[in-house]
Amino acid sequence: MNIYVVMKRTFDTEEKVEINDGVIDEEGAEFVINPYDEYAIEEAIVLKETHGGEVTVVTVGDEEAEKELRTALAMGADKAVLLDTEDLDGEMDHYTISEMLGAYFQDKAYDIILGGNVAVDDGAGQTAPRLAEKLGINQLTTITKLDIEGTTATIERDIEGDQEIVEAELPLLVTCQQGLNEPRYPSLPGIMKAKKKPLDTLDLDDLDLDEDDLEAKTKTVDRFLPPEKEAGKKLEGEPAEQVEELVNLLRNEAKVI
Amino acid sequence: MTETMKTSIKGGGFLLEDVEKNDVFTPEEFTEEHKMIAKTTEEFVHGEVAPLIDRLENHEFDLSRDLLTKAGELGLLGADVPEKYEGLSLDKISSTLITEKFSDAGGFSLSHGAHVGIGSQPIVFFGNEEQKNRYLPDLASGRKIAAYALTEPSSGSDALSAKTTAVLNDEGTHYVLNGEKQWITNSAFADVFIVYAQIDGDKFTAFIVEREYEGVSTGPEEKKMGIKGSSTRTLILQDVHVPKENVLGEIGRGHIIAFNILNMGRYKLGVGCLGGSKRAIELAASYATERKQFNTPIARFTTIQEKLASMAVKTYALESSIYRTGGLFEKQLGDLTEEEQEDGSRIAKGIAEYAIECSLNKVYGSETLDYTTDEAVQIYGGYGFMAEYEVERAYRDSRINRIFEGTNEINRLLVPGTLIRKTMKGELPFLEHANGLQDELMSFMPEEPGDEPLEKEKYLLSNAKKIFLMGTGTAMQKYGEKIENEQELLLNTADIVSEIYNMEAAIARTEKAIEENGVDNETMKLLLTQVICEEGLQNIEAYAKESLIHMEEGDTLRTMLSMIRKLTRRTPVNVIGVKRDIAERVIEKKKYEV
Repeated sequence: MNIYVVMKRTFDTEEKVEINDGVIDEEGAEFVINPYDEYAIEEAIVLKETHGGEVTVVTVGDEEAEKELRTALAMGADKAVLLDTEDLDGEMDHYTISEMLGAYFQDKAYDIILGGNVAVDDGAGQTAPRLAEKLGINQLTTITKLDIEGTTATIERDIEGDQEIVEAELPLLVTCQQGLNEPRYPSLPGIMKAKKKPLDTLDLDDLDLDEDDLEAKTKTVDRFLPPEKEAGKKLEGEPAEQVEELVNLLRNEAKVI
Repeated sequence: MTETMKTSIKGGGFLLEDVEKNDVFTPEEFTEEHKMIAKTTEEFVHGEVAPLIDRLENHEFDLSRDLLTKAGELGLLGADVPEKYEGLSLDKISSTLITEKFSDAGGFSLSHGAHVGIGSQPIVFFGNEEQKNRYLPDLASGRKIAAYALTEPSSGSDALSAKTTAVLNDEGTHYVLNGEKQWITNSAFADVFIVYAQIDGDKFTAFIVEREYEGVSTGPEEKKMGIKGSSTRTLILQDVHVPKENVLGEIGRGHIIAFNILNMGRYKLGVGCLGGSKRAIELAASYATERKQFNTPIARFTTIQEKLASMAVKTYALESSIYRTGGLFEKQLGDLTEEEQEDGSRIAKGIAEYAIECSLNKVYGSETLDYTTDEAVQIYGGYGFMAEYEVERAYRDSRINRIFEGTNEINRLLVPGTLIRKTMKGELPFLEHANGLQDELMSFMPEEPGDEPLEKEKYLLSNAKKIFLMGTGTAMQKYGEKIENEQELLLNTADIVSEIYNMEAAIARTEKAIEENGVDNETMKLLLTQVICEEGLQNIEAYAKESLIHMEEGDTLRTMLSMIRKLTRRTPVNVIGVKRDIAERVIEKKKYEV
């Protein structure tokens, strides 16, 4: 089985985000594999262990992302591919990234592509669905269980607190939700083996892409942190007075009603 | 191997010559693999072990056994075992990182440490091919668990006086062991014990004893002050028939094994204390920023800041010197061929070269951990005295480190003892340097070093080495071999050596970091190093004076004290001010991060 994972490198979820002039300060920050993509990697490895085949992890980014690719290899993936954005000067968005992935997958034979449900940094959940559209294959998002028999996948997915069971034909793209599995730690032998596994870097030329084709469709105008939480206000007096005061504050101070 | 090495990187050689910074390994040089190994260990400890610590503290040792099996599946038991025997043959920096990260596992870190260290290493180092094939694959994978049985009720520091006996049976096939070993870590569930016994009353010998053998039993769990999450029992041997193939190493040469194993054990103990100290800072800094008194987070009071800063200063000194030692091992062992790597005695010899450094790390590590956990409790105030808080356990767990793997007193005595032995064997040109120094000191004039970062610290370091040579040279001349009766002087010498080792490690580390990233990005390291060197020199001055006053009198003493004054003359660092700057950074990060 040809198994692919599309992966994103994100801020460590324990990092404190700092913004200077609308740009996130990455200086000294720790990065990790997007936690939802870890579910995808784990599931890919489980599929390989069950059905045989090969797991390739693909990411779009700069050479810094090699570290997360190595981690994926250490978990048990067989190959890693970095689609290098070094040649891109302009802003990137989900369109840019899915176009690059699309170009990469164009000549690949894949049975299944797995991704995270969303990335924990921007929370958009766009890249994988866009990729499926671009490739013209089936897609199912937020999956919590996956079984493959022959060319048919039986999938459970989260729908607003309920479960839905769906069957779909391969080739297929799925995005993974918490609950699908418990990602493994990279074992020490895995870490040592990862050094010797192939990690290829492809630039725009290799992908036969031009910078102009990749121009972002959106523009980020500003970024800011949520306002600091202030000390609460205690309303006093009779219940009726308190309600009146509350309505007054909601109307005039918070301006939500 | 010693013969071809330059003096400065021989064990103890740093005292005689300047050490090049490139000969000092620093944590900033970890590879990606090192970091990944550290992360896997950390995730395992925080994800799998930490949730069970309360139950482990209640002696649910079935859990320990399961956790060791899981650790084995991840490769966390095989770092120091050759690949040929299902281990991973990892470098010593990797195995150091595993030990450091395991320290957050509380008492379970002892279960892990005793198994991979003193339990398994005797076979790695001194087992014959058959013994290695028979035991190491099971130990490296966690299918079997090992323990180490040296101490007896009447033999602690004087380990060679053990009373356990081994007598060859009439058929000449088995040794019959009788005796009692005390305080054996992992004894509740270990499958394999390394046991020391006397053959014919005086041939101290090591044996591999399996739990399955008839006559092997353990006593009840000991009631301990701390490390309750690890199993400690008596090992009772009653007419245990041990096949003679299970003699480990040579008959009558058990002490070689015991001493070699202790070197690495001491180093790893220091490593564990490093991890514990970092945890204590993290807990204390987080608590201090949250806890308010007088309407102010207590971290805003400079009293608390002084504590956090001092904890960080000691931890930086410890971390720098630990990885310095780790780097020395690597330099010794990393270049060995695969074949040599498999020859355990070769590895043991490489490690024994740094016996002094191992003792220094053990002593300074355990005292740093005692300091940091004690201050963490103090910062927590009354809450720190309550068992619900982690610092309470950390404080109790810390205390044993100054006692086992050789008490800190024994380890201190070993530092000058080993130096003298190496000098006598011609391995270290100590006397040449001490003699050369006399002329130099006659004409010595204090200098005012420049303002470049670390210039002053390097000057202080070089003077500290002169003080060491002067004091030790005087003592050797005066007492000769009788110096061993002057234990206070030997202890003072060890403390001076320790300060020098730490100062030098911190300077080299900070210098390398500044070279790499510029001084503006390495302010924290620079501040820490300034305090380490200032306080280090203050301590050295006090130790040296105390020793000289005991050794000399009259004009000779006055001349020597004036020499000390010259060697310690400096514009002192504003320690209070610098520590406030350090504290700001610790509080901002809420942890030890340099």
